[in-house]
Amino acid sequence: MTTALTEAPADVVPAAAHRQRRRRRATGPLAVLPLLVFVAISFGVPALAMLNGAFTVKDQTTGASSYTTANLTGSFQGAYLTALIGSVKLSAVAAGLATVLGLPLAQAVVTSRFRALREAVLTASGVLANFGGVPLAFAFVATLGNSGVLTRHLSLTEKGWNLYSFWGLVVVYLYFLIPLMVLTITPALDGLRSQWREAAQNNGATSVQYWRHVALPVLAPSLLGGLVLLFGSAFAAYATAAAMVGSAVPLVTLQIADAISGNVLVGQENVALALSLDMVLIAGLVMAVYLPLQRRSARWLA
Amino acid sequence: MARLNLWRWVVLALAALYFLVPMAASVIFTVDVPGQGVTFDAYSQIVSADGFVSSLLLSLELAAATIVVVLLLMVPATVALRLGSPRLRPIVEVVCSLPLVVPPIAFVAGIATVLKWGPEHLSRTPLFQTFVAIQDPGFPVVLVLAYVVMALPFVYRALDAGLRAVDVRTLVEAARSCGASRPQALVRAVLPNLRGALLNASFLTLALVLGEFTVARLLGYQPFAVWIYNVGGSQAQMSVAVSVLSLFLTWALLLALAVFGGRSRTASASRG
Repeated sequence: MTTALTEAPADVVPAAAHRQRRRRRATGPLAVLPLLVFVAISFGVPALAMLNGAFTVKDQTTGASSYTTANLTGSFQGAYLTALIGSVKLSAVAAGLATVLGLPLAQAVVTSRFRALREAVLTASGVLANFGGVPLAFAFVATLGNSGVLTRHLSLTEKGWNLYSFWGLVVVYLYFLIPLMVLTITPALDGLRSQWREAAQNNGATSVQYWRHVALPVLAPSLLGGLVLLFGSAFAAYATAAAMVGSAVPLVTLQIADAISGNVLVGQENVALALSLDMVLIAGLVMAVYLPLQRRSARWLA
Repeated sequence: MARLNLWRWVVLALAALYFLVPMAASVIFTVDVPGQGVTFDAYSQIVSADGFVSSLLLSLELAAATIVVVLLLMVPATVALRLGSPRLRPIVEVVCSLPLVVPPIAFVAGIATVLKWGPEHLSRTPLFQTFVAIQDPGFPVVLVLAYVVMALPFVYRALDAGLRAVDVRTLVEAARSCGASRPQALVRAVLPNLRGALLNASFLTLALVLGEFTVARLLGYQPFAVWIYNVGGSQAQMSVAVSVLSLFLTWALLLALAVFGGRSRTASASRG
C-alpha cells in the first residue's frame, strides 16, 4: 500500500530504471506480507476473540450471547480484585527491590578493572534473566522450601520462614529480575563519563553529592525504564508462581489459569477473558511508559 | 580507593551468595536424600522416567519448527526493510512488539477461546478439519503458531542488531553485479554475514520454547517444562535434578553460541 505513495513520477525516470526501481520497491511489501498475514492469524484472531469474549455473556438457559460490561466489572470485584491487587503489589515490590539491588551490582561490575569479571557477570545475567519458570521454582523449593537444604540446616521454619508466601515469591522473583536489571542498566552506566566524576570532584563534591546531583539524574530515565520493564516481567510471570505456591498467594495469572481450566462459577466463564484484558491494559501502560524513557536514556549513550 | 574496592567486593560476594546458593543447594538436594545418604539415583532415573524422552523430543521438535518458521518469516522481512522499504519499518516494529503487550497467560486465554469455536460453530465446515489438525497431540501446530508469535520481539531485535552491523545494500549490489539472482544474493552474500544474529535469534527461540510452560500447560499438552512440573508432584528429587540439568544445558548452549557467533553477546544483552 505504501508503494503507491513512494512511486517516483514516471516522466523524469527512464523507463528501464523505473521498472527496476519499481521491482525493488515491490519486493519490500512482498517480503513483509507473510509476516503480517501470519501475525494477523495467529495473534490477531486470538486477541480479537479475547476482546470480544471479555464483553460477552452467554445466557445459560437460551444459549444466546449478548454484549455487556458485566465481565469487566466482575473482574474488579471480590477474589479477582484481590488477585489483581496481589499481582500489582508483588510486581511492584519485586521490581523495586531488584532495581535497588541491581544498580550497585551493575556498578560494581562496570567499574571493575577485570574484563573477565564483567564478561562473566553479563553472560550469567543473560542466562539467569531467562531462567524463569518451573526450573527456577523447583531450585528454590529445594533450597528454601519446607524440606529444602537451607531450611533444614538452618531450621528456618522455626524462625517463621515460609517460601510459599508473598515474601517467598519476592525472593524467587529477584533471581531473574536482578539479572534483567543488570542487563538493562549496564549500557547506561557505561555511558557515565569518568570526566563527569572528575569534574564534580574538582569542584569539591563528595561521592554522595556526585551520585545525587550528577549520576542519578543522568541514570534516572534508564532506571525508571528498567523498573517499569521489571514490573511488566514480574506481572506477566505465571510458571514460577504456579509451580511454587499453587494458589496460596492470590495472583491474577493464577486466577486466569484457574478460569481457563474451568474452575469458575456458572456464567463467569468469560471473566478470565476480562481479567486477561485487564492484564493487557496494564502491560500496555507499562510499554507506553517504558518506550519514551528508553528513547530518552538512549540520548545519553550516543 | 581501598574503601571503594572493599565496597565492590562486598556487593559481588553478596550477589554470588544469592545466585550460587540455590544452585548448590539444588545439587545437594538431589544427591543427599534424607534417610538414604548420598545417592545419584535421581539422575540415573531421569532417562528411564515415564514421559521424559517423549516430552523432551516434543519440545525439541517444537523448537526446531518454531525456529524455521520464525526465521523464514523474519529474515526476508528485516532484509527488505534494509534494502528499500524504510516506510514499512514502523509497521513491522509495532507488529513485532505487540506480543510484549499481551502476556502469555492472556494470549493463551484468547487461543483457548478461538479453539472452542471449532466444536461450537465450525463443526460442519471444512475449517473444522484444520482446527482438529493443528491440535494433534502428537505434534500440536497450534503451539508452534503461539511460540512464533512470542519469539517475534526477540528475533526482530537480534536480526535488526545484526543487520545494523552489515551494509546490506552494498552486499546485494555487489552480488548482483557479479551475476547473482536476488535469492542467490540473499542466501550466499547476506546470510553468511548474519551468522551471529541468526544464531542468536535461534538460541533465544530455543530457550523460549524449551522453557515455555504457560501456553502448553493451559492448552493441555506435555512438552518438557510441563513434564518437569508434573513430575514435581510425585518425585521431588528427580524434578529438581531435571531443573539443574536444564540450567546447565542452557549454559552450555550459551557458551557454544559465544564461541561460534562473535557478535551474539552484545545482541543478547540488549534483549531486555
